[in-house]
Amino acid sequence: MLKSGNNIMLIEIQNLNVAYGRKKVLENITLTLSKNEIVTIVGPNGSGKTTLFKAIIGSIPIKSGSVVIKQNLKIGYVPQVLNIDRSLPLTVERFLKLAKNRNDHGFLRAQQILDSDDLLSSQISNLSAGQLQRVLLGHALMNEPDVLLLDEATRGLDQPGSAAFYKKIEEIRETTGCAILMISHDLHVVMSASNRVICLNGHICCQGEPKSVAASPEYASMFGSKVEGTLALYHHNHSHEGKGV
Amino acid sequence: MLDDFMVRAALAGMGVALAAAPLGCFVVWRRMAYFGESTAHAALLGVSLSLMFEFSVFLGAIFVSLLMASLVTLAQGRSLFLDTLFGVVGHMSLATGLVVVSFISGVRIELMAYLIGDILSVSKTDILLIWIGLVIILVLLFWRWSALLLCTLNEDLAASSGLNPRRESYALTIGLAIVVAVGIKVVGVLLIISMLIIPAASARSLVSTPEKMAVFASLIGMLSAILGLNASYVFDTPTGPSIVCVASLIFIITLALSFFAEQFSAVVKKKKES
Repeated sequence: MLKSGNNIMLIEIQNLNVAYGRKKVLENITLTLSKNEIVTIVGPNGSGKTTLFKAIIGSIPIKSGSVVIKQNLKIGYVPQVLNIDRSLPLTVERFLKLAKNRNDHGFLRAQQILDSDDLLSSQISNLSAGQLQRVLLGHALMNEPDVLLLDEATRGLDQPGSAAFYKKIEEIRETTGCAILMISHDLHVVMSASNRVICLNGHICCQGEPKSVAASPEYASMFGSKVEGTLALYHHNHSHEGKGV
Repeated sequence: MLDDFMVRAALAGMGVALAAAPLGCFVVWRRMAYFGESTAHAALLGVSLSLMFEFSVFLGAIFVSLLMASLVTLAQGRSLFLDTLFGVVGHMSLATGLVVVSFISGVRIELMAYLIGDILSVSKTDILLIWIGLVIILVLLFWRWSALLLCTLNEDLAASSGLNPRRESYALTIGLAIVVAVGIKVVGVLLIISMLIIPAASARSLVSTPEKMAVFASLIGMLSAILGLNASYVFDTPTGPSIVCVASLIFIITLALSFFAEQFSAVVKKKKES
């Protein structure tokens, strides 16, 4: 299933176990991300999706196993939210320039994502959900990353909004060649763009190409039968667009 | 020049204001006001112990506030009721400090000076300590500014760019401990938190970037120190509370100004539209 060979491995996780106190959160996770790949992680609340991200960026201790990140790998992280208090005055431009290891190319990319020059001088606390997501994505692009990590980046967006957002992600992958690992709830939208889907529920329930995951019994038991309908709808579109997975 | 008590008071007041204001911005942004207050209360235990065993009040205060800061950093992420924990530890120390002091004869009156400050009695050594503390805090803030901002906005975002959010927030709490220790002589444990948050809050409505907020807060803090000192001389009022009163007055004025500016711009906008 995994095409190795001339693919460059960016992130390689092997038999990862993470626990908070006695509670096991992640069990035996093995997962790789190669250049140019889009991998989506789906799973119910509390299934350890965000914890997996934290393990990758090294913000929590791991119990056993290994997380190997390619040397000098530049990571762009798109969080769900910013803890921005109204007492903190912060323009979009200043926020973008807070990014570590930023460069001018990255800043141009970020501006393209913003889609509007007015936004640069806006206060972050006044942004709409859609604008904020674009700003967060822009921030992640400031260092021209090799990998983008997106943690439920479309939370709070409506369907056209998230569809547009994912289109941007695909564009980024095409123009920059950066790999993308994302957590998502918008199953039907996400599935289109992904090379691989991983169902997570503490452990990896199933993984593979979107179609095979959608058909798997583990997936159905995790998300119920309702999603099958939306997926079927989606698959219909997919074949018309004719984009190979 | 330093022999004039008013000059000494002005140097001490400005030093504390300048150290407290930019740090206070982070206290406001990170909603650490209650933590700051508890740390300041806890410092009174350090003061009492130093009076009892006759060592430097500054050392006692900084020791206890650093202890408090470390305790809280340790507890972070482990305890769900951090705010309550701050309150318990802070007030436990305050109460213990007050009880301890009652065993020492003759210092009861002096204690008032540590609760609300006694800026007119600062010595040359006090001024030196205050300005050393100020330099440490300014260097710390200049050096860690962007990192601290990023950690404030989102810890995972900071971690993904190679920062250690825990270490950054520990640096901030150490800065806070220093401000509390140097501020005790000037405004006292009860009022030091106001030197942190009031100038920052006053600056908020005047600025559009975090850096400007820190600069304006520092200016407002220093202005409050000078005006408060003069007011206390003219009206013969306690100096620490006078400084805080002036700072509060500036806060009210900037709040009113920003309110009217908003109303005004709304009217202008309406006129343009019609």
